[in-house]
Amino acid sequence: MKLIKAIVRPNKVDDVKDALGRVSLPGMTVTEVRGHGKQKGHTAIYRGKEYDVSLLPKMEIEVVVPDNLVDEAVAAIITAARTGEIGDGRVFVIPVEQSYRIRTGERSDI
Amino acid sequence: MKAAAGLALLCIVLATSGLRAQTAAAPAPAAAAQTDLAKLDQRLTTAQSSADNAWMLMSAALVLMMTGPGLALFYGGLVRQKNTLAIMVQSFGLMALITVLWGVVGYSLCFGEGTPIIGGFRHALLRGVGVEPNADYSATIPQLTFMVYQLMFAIITPALITGATAERMTFRGTVVFMTLWSLCVYAPLAHMVWGKGGLLNAALGGRFPTLDFAGGTVVHISSGVSALVCALYLGKRTGYPKEPMPPHSLVLSFIGACLLWVGWFGFNAGSALASNGLAASAFVATHFAAAAATIGWLAAEWVTRGRPSALGAISGAVAGLVAITPASGFVTPMPALVIGLSAGVGCFVMVTIAKARFGYDDALDAFGVHGAGGTIGALLTGVFATQAVNPIFHDAQGRALPVGLLDGNGAQIGYQLVGIAAAWAFALVGSVVLLKITDLVVGVRVTEDQEIEGLDLTEHGEEAYNLEM
Repeated sequence: MKLIKAIVRPNKVDDVKDALGRVSLPGMTVTEVRGHGKQKGHTAIYRGKEYDVSLLPKMEIEVVVPDNLVDEAVAAIITAARTGEIGDGRVFVIPVEQSYRIRTGERSDI
Repeated sequence: MKAAAGLALLCIVLATSGLRAQTAAAPAPAAAAQTDLAKLDQRLTTAQSSADNAWMLMSAALVLMMTGPGLALFYGGLVRQKNTLAIMVQSFGLMALITVLWGVVGYSLCFGEGTPIIGGFRHALLRGVGVEPNADYSATIPQLTFMVYQLMFAIITPALITGATAERMTFRGTVVFMTLWSLCVYAPLAHMVWGKGGLLNAALGGRFPTLDFAGGTVVHISSGVSALVCALYLGKRTGYPKEPMPPHSLVLSFIGACLLWVGWFGFNAGSALASNGLAASAFVATHFAAAAATIGWLAAEWVTRGRPSALGAISGAVAGLVAITPASGFVTPMPALVIGLSAGVGCFVMVTIAKARFGYDDALDAFGVHGAGGTIGALLTGVFATQAVNPIFHDAQGRALPVGLLDGNGAQIGYQLVGIAAAWAFALVGSVVLLKITDLVVGVRVTEDQEIEGLDLTEHGEEAYNLEM
């Protein structure tokens, strides 16, 4: 069981969601985040005063997948979120020790 | 238009008198004609008064709209989110505060007869201010209309200063300072420039006739220079200029600026105090100057920074409107373009280059736009004013004399400088003294903790935006 954490362009969220749906992964959590990697920000000027806008808006998608679907899910995210330009984002895969379903209190595999 | 109305009334009178001649026993013809002429005269006066009064009440409402919502939105968008309500409620609070002061004593100090420096108490508590016109200022509208129109100017002027004190002045300090300022700086300046017998009054025989149609010195220099004093006295906002303090919503500022532009027609064209040709001339000059200044600021920005901005466009428009204010009732449309363009570029330089060089924190550029724009406008009024628009000066035989420099009256530049110097001096000295008094009595600056948390919460106990996710 792994947690896949993908940071993508805001306008790519729907594509990633659809792609993960095709891999039969219905659940996900999406968060608005800000950050930067290699991508440089840009400069805003208000009445001559310059501000560096270096932290750009991104979306973070979290999805927990069984081990046998990790490669397929990562590939689906990368294909869906890629534009080929700097600023496409990152994907992290993190091990998950346990998972519980709150409604029933049962421990589950996903 | 007056001629047409007169003609129509004449027809009515002739028709009715004709009827009467048929139905009643004919009175002596000469006496009947005499009566009819008197009636006609009466009706003409009533018609003109109706037209002028309609326009002036409308103008008063337009000028109030400049403060709320115009200026409140313009400034409200320029501050950081945590100070939005604090700056807006200052404008709104002044709508209430100055109105009460105006009724009690403000109007009388500005427009009651008194010394060349300040008016007296003749109209205190609005004594003698009724539907009868005050012929010294406006012979065709009720004095009540004149009084309430001038009140709207007294409201927006201190509200302009809040652009410099934004994000760090206490609300109680603002209330005390603005009360004192309205009585001790605005009232004398308004009286000197516009009051009967005022030292600088051009229309009513002042010693130094300064041309100021709608308030370049009284409103914009006075508020702009006081704003600079406030910015220096209060000191910089915590974190300025290192921390980013970008406007939190240029959309609000944009709407505010558009309302200011429209409201300014009431401000400038209304200053004709009648619905006449001079009002039309001021209306057009106002609009042309705003357009030219928008282009001036945008062009300067485009050349020096590579990109034209929305904030630049609306700032330029306001700068142009400020600069044309004293000139609006004295110049033709083409000089209005020149005045607007000069103000657009001049104010851009003031807020981008001069402010950074001198390092004062005029948070929303009240001095850079109103102080600088007002001064440029007051000076250029002396250059471009012409008797073709407004024959304000006469010789002993009643013949019109040249008004501005290009009209052939070079001395006017000198008088404009006197007016500018008087406004600067009054605003500078008055603001320093009144700020000191306010500081001693109630304190002018919030604590650093309050400033960091924001004035909305710490001064007013509320937040501008409680948006659900």
